[in-house]
Amino acid sequence: MEPILPEKVQELINTFAGQEVYLHMETTNGAYASHFNEKFFSAGAYIRNAKLTYEHGKIVGDGPFRVGLKLAIGWVYAEGLTHYGFDENGHLLMAGHDFDGKLAVALQLGTTPFK
Amino acid sequence: MTKTMEIEQERHVLVIFPHPDDEAFGVSGTIAVHTGRKTPVTYACLTLGEMGRNLGNPPFATRESLPDVRKAELQKAAEAIGIQDLRMMGLRDKTLEFEDDQKMMNLVTDLINELNPSLIITFYPGYSVHPDHEATARAVVRAVRAMEESKRPKLHCVAFANNTLEEIGPADIRYDIRHVYDKKLEAMKAHISQTIWMLKDLEASVAEEGSELHDRFNYEHFWTYTFDEKDKVTEIKS
Repeated sequence: MEPILPEKVQELINTFAGQEVYLHMETTNGAYASHFNEKFFSAGAYIRNAKLTYEHGKIVGDGPFRVGLKLAIGWVYAEGLTHYGFDENGHLLMAGHDFDGKLAVALQLGTTPFK
Repeated sequence: MTKTMEIEQERHVLVIFPHPDDEAFGVSGTIAVHTGRKTPVTYACLTLGEMGRNLGNPPFATRESLPDVRKAELQKAAEAIGIQDLRMMGLRDKTLEFEDDQKMMNLVTDLINELNPSLIITFYPGYSVHPDHEATARAVVRAVRAMEESKRPKLHCVAFANNTLEEIGPADIRYDIRHVYDKKLEAMKAHISQTIWMLKDLEASVAEEGSELHDRFNYEHFWTYTFDEKDKVTEIKS
């Protein structure tokens, strides 16, 4: 993974637009957040291998970045993205790594399913 | 504090945890003692910790490469404490409580039937914090509870929820594992992707006699699970 170059990532988002893609998206504060701090409200969500098509997508911000994908009748949105890269199947991986190096958010796209 | 006791000789030890590294912190010393005596130990690790958050900044792994990283670490840790029968059960991190409960129980029953363990080590249901830990613990309790009482293996559980002490009291088992601490440390170090942030400070603190960490890492604690009024695990809803 490399720090996000918005122009580069925008090009990549464009290449996946208008076709059926598989999506992995997650946000997490860790399963132990409320154990270490009982006043912490733990929340998170993930979806893996959702199949969808977006009309267009944008990456915006000065870093950490936000990405929004416009669907025919809906949206995909993630914020806090800091890094991007690829897996061995050419999936586009975008992730937000916090100051301690822990993943806080992930948004991943590809034309084949994730394992 | 519970008095330190000797680790009993077992016929076969079955360790069941959901994540690579669950074995390292709480029980790797005890495992090393069993393997040191040539007692067969099977470790069934249910997932590869695919959803782990420690990926580094700058990142050393991605959401997609993490499972392979953790698999290699798990194998290395198992080797460090002498486990020869390591089984990766192929379930997915953070999904265990949503799996079919009967399937989860059967997974444990099948292992018991195959291995005939005299001792099972897992988490204590209700007091193990992570939803995957809890789902694992429930499956083990249900599988053992379904056995004829005289045939049940002993069930030693790890508990670490903040309310453990006030609700179920202190551990009834306390082992001194100082003589195998080097192996325990090696197992913890094997899971470097998960432990690097803590190992930095750990070694010095553990060495400090009388500190909390000294006690936590030189002694291992278990709560014996009993199938009486303390057993709060429900039957599977059909």
